[in-house]
Amino acid sequence: MTPVLAQATEGGAAELWTFIIVGAVALGSAFGLILMRNAVHAALMLVLNFLAIAVLYAVLQAQFLAVIQLIVYAGAIVVLFLFVLMLLGVSREDSLTARVPGQKTMASVLGVLLFVSLAAATAGPFLGDASVCGSEEALTGTGDGVPCLGLAAVNAAEGNLRGLGFLLFTDYVWAFEVTAVLLVIAAIGAIVLGRRQEDPSELVEPGSTVLPARRGSGSAATEPGAGPTDADEGAATETSEATPPEGEERT
Amino acid sequence: MSVPAGYYLILAAALFSIGAVGVLIRRSVIVMFMCVELMLNSVNLTLVTFARINASLDGQVLAFFVIVVAAAEVTVGLALIVNLFRLRASTDADQVGALRA
Repeated sequence: MTPVLAQATEGGAAELWTFIIVGAVALGSAFGLILMRNAVHAALMLVLNFLAIAVLYAVLQAQFLAVIQLIVYAGAIVVLFLFVLMLLGVSREDSLTARVPGQKTMASVLGVLLFVSLAAATAGPFLGDASVCGSEEALTGTGDGVPCLGLAAVNAAEGNLRGLGFLLFTDYVWAFEVTAVLLVIAAIGAIVLGRRQEDPSELVEPGSTVLPARRGSGSAATEPGAGPTDADEGAATETSEATPPEGEERT
Repeated sequence: MSVPAGYYLILAAALFSIGAVGVLIRRSVIVMFMCVELMLNSVNLTLVTFARINASLDGQVLAFFVIVVAAAEVTVGLALIVNLFRLRASTDADQVGALRA
């Protein structure tokens, strides 16, 4: 395998600087996402955050996921967000004033608590010297911290993409097929939800003389027992043959 | 002079918390939805980091599935938001207090 950026920099000082710069970009764009008043600006901050996370994927030896992140998130999902923003109108600025008193303060306090607990729970054992992937301490198992084994050997054996594809079509093939069904369901759901809610009175076939206000009387006239006289007489007899199809469904 | 794997986990925890705070303080449904996407991405970062720690590609496969499900979720969610805008002429979450239209 040809060495790529992630394999060349494993365990080196370049990874540290990459992490510092890209991590700062990710954090700054995340703060921008929740603080920007304009929703379009927030979407652009989201793009920046996705790009930073894609770089981190590449450093973490997930080359395939880095490319997928660029294509699916930065390419498709954010474009979908921007499309909906443009469709609904972007002139209104989102007001950041809280409706509940003290909402922002409480949310910030809860966020800090969540961060502390999450960081302590997940990152606690992985901060020692042995957790530096590809280092001597990690390879020999000495030093403090859970040793990071590193993906260099796995990726060098058959490549990241080939290994992922092998796993995807052997161990996870059932989940893969279910995912295909899920995508079809999502597409159908979006079509059904995005369809315009038709007013049934607009479904009258062209050329008929039925007015929408007479739809109830027309459907009443088509019932077998209902005579033309219990609705408005005269009008019901001439509208009975031009009854809209959905009038029968509604009776 | 290098990066322990825990630094990536701390960064992912920070991104997740920022996304959660964004969901709590923003009022536009679309921006809240973007913050949910941010939280999904931070979880993906955690999965990829743990895949590297354990020298196994299974975490990356799981992150791949998360990306696929997020794409499907965005499709349906944005269709719901467009429907909500048709009903209320607004994307403010505070205006949606009742289930009936």
